[in-house]
Amino acid sequence: MADSSSPAVEAVAVANPPARAMSPARLAGIALALAVALGLPFVVSDFHSFQLTQAIIYAIALLGLNMLTGYNGQISLGHGAFYAIGAYTAAILIDKAGVPYWATLPAAGILCFVVGFLFGLPALRLEGLYLALATLALALVVPQFLRFRPMEGLTNGVQGISLDKPAAPFGLPLTPDQWLYFFALFVAALMFWAGHNMLRGRIGRAMIAIRDHHISAETMGINSALIKSTTFGVSALYTGVAGALSAVVVAFVAPDSFELFLSISLLVGMVIGGLASVSGAIYGGLFVQFVPNIAEEVSKAAPWAIYGVILILFMFFMPAGIAGFVRQIRGWLRKRLAGSPADG
Amino acid sequence: MDLFVQQVLAGLAVGGIYASLALALVMIYQATELVNFAQGEMAMFSTYIAWQLVQSGVPFWVAFFLTIVISLIGGVAIERLIIRPARNAPVLAIVIIFIGLLVILNSMAGWIWTYTNQIFPSPFPDRPYLGVNVQELGAIGVTLVVLALVFAFFRYTTLGLAMRAAAQNPTSSRLVGIRVGWMLALGWGLAAAIGGVAGIMVAPKLQLDPNMMGGVLLYAFAGALVGGISSPGGAVLGGFAVGVIENLVGTYVPVVGSQLKLAVALILIVGVLTVRPAGIFGRSVVHRV
Repeated sequence: MADSSSPAVEAVAVANPPARAMSPARLAGIALALAVALGLPFVVSDFHSFQLTQAIIYAIALLGLNMLTGYNGQISLGHGAFYAIGAYTAAILIDKAGVPYWATLPAAGILCFVVGFLFGLPALRLEGLYLALATLALALVVPQFLRFRPMEGLTNGVQGISLDKPAAPFGLPLTPDQWLYFFALFVAALMFWAGHNMLRGRIGRAMIAIRDHHISAETMGINSALIKSTTFGVSALYTGVAGALSAVVVAFVAPDSFELFLSISLLVGMVIGGLASVSGAIYGGLFVQFVPNIAEEVSKAAPWAIYGVILILFMFFMPAGIAGFVRQIRGWLRKRLAGSPADG
Repeated sequence: MDLFVQQVLAGLAVGGIYASLALALVMIYQATELVNFAQGEMAMFSTYIAWQLVQSGVPFWVAFFLTIVISLIGGVAIERLIIRPARNAPVLAIVIIFIGLLVILNSMAGWIWTYTNQIFPSPFPDRPYLGVNVQELGAIGVTLVVLALVFAFFRYTTLGLAMRAAAQNPTSSRLVGIRVGWMLALGWGLAAAIGGVAGIMVAPKLQLDPNMMGGVLLYAFAGALVGGISSPGGAVLGGFAVGVIENLVGTYVPVVGSQLKLAVALILIVGVLTVRPAGIFGRSVVHRV
């Protein structure tokens, strides 16, 4: 049994149907969601656009984390570190080298891919909890390095780096927040499309096979070490691009934003959204962005207690995350619809 | 040399705290294969209860034992009310429940007792004896007594034997009439009580505030893993080792200072783990295909 070493859940394996092309209904659903997403910034205020942008950014990071943990079964408590590296790469390139903001995303992605791939190599020896500890160490070390005195020339130490919010190009009649929303949405659409294709292709199947039974996977000719460390790299790339986007959107980076709390939030978002699910990343992004605010509105005195209660209730009633819950409802509806002619 | 001895002793004093908490983690891990991320906050909450008792005029040692009893009951209650209903949920879902528990306890403590630091009284005088701080010696002593008691409980009592049996082989234990569910709950209670002692011992040094156990839990987790999470004795030794390493690194490597102490300790630990992935005293588990 390899279950104990592959933490990402037996239940998910079952709920993870063999990859196939999208049905027309599914495509229509995605088109509708995109249409709503495109219209939103014209309806809501700038501040809400800004919040939605952040939810989109979290969704990208969560997709990255989900590749590693959900699809490949490697737990990471340290993805905040890659988010931080991405954000600082973008900020330093813009601030010190005058690179245009959109060009920093690929740079951050590539750097994070390399760091993630290299980190994935020793991590190959670690499984389950031990990997969790190693990644946790990474999450704790990175903010301390950002504060580290000798690095101050580059990182500005605890003060962080302030940036200018980019204005809309080509004279588009958009506020900066609206423009950044569309920019993030575009990047997210691109990355979700690429991620979805990768996950339902040969590499994605290899990732899942390693998670479910790595010995069988190797017997079938999968290069487990290569796939695992590449997954680590790609996962870091996604999270790094998200970090770079966040630096551009928030127009400020400081070590305090990338403490352990961020990594934990990402883990929470991934599980609540739904493990091994592409759409789960989107639900997770919305959760990470908005639920703490909701908790604060319920109780000003102890908002995190409310947040904790929400977490526990979610896990009681939707142990497979929101995506799992949606899947259940869809299955139930389909059964009802298929069964109704016989009943009536 | 004096500095060295002092630092090693100071390391052992905090190491004892890590060891206790590591033991609490291992107890729950052995029974359920889960690491309770809320263990540190549970200990913090217990410590606040002790502080409240002392503030309202209860003598220290009475408050100490009262807190142990309250923590035990609290631990059992948490297992029954929050963990047990989710026992069939996927592993990561339970991890999220632990995180939920962590933020609830942290937030409640902040709400009830505020986030300002409180001075926690120590039963031991804060003065040197033969060049060694008595408070530190006291903390080491109490920790050792607790560890010995826990060892004796599991080794020599029927209840301890039943708990070990329930953790090792739930099905067979149930067949011989052990109430496995209650053994688990009791394990949670004991872990909470041990954590409570660790909190009370570390509070005079760290000062009491709702976030005080965050770093401590990380070190305990690291200690448990270095020693081997499948071995209680190893976890205890691991906890002590982490305490000493942390202190020596902070003292003798000037660049590191207190800022990067945590980072360096963790890197060392990860280094050990890449060489010995099951921890120093852990058995590597061989699975049948």
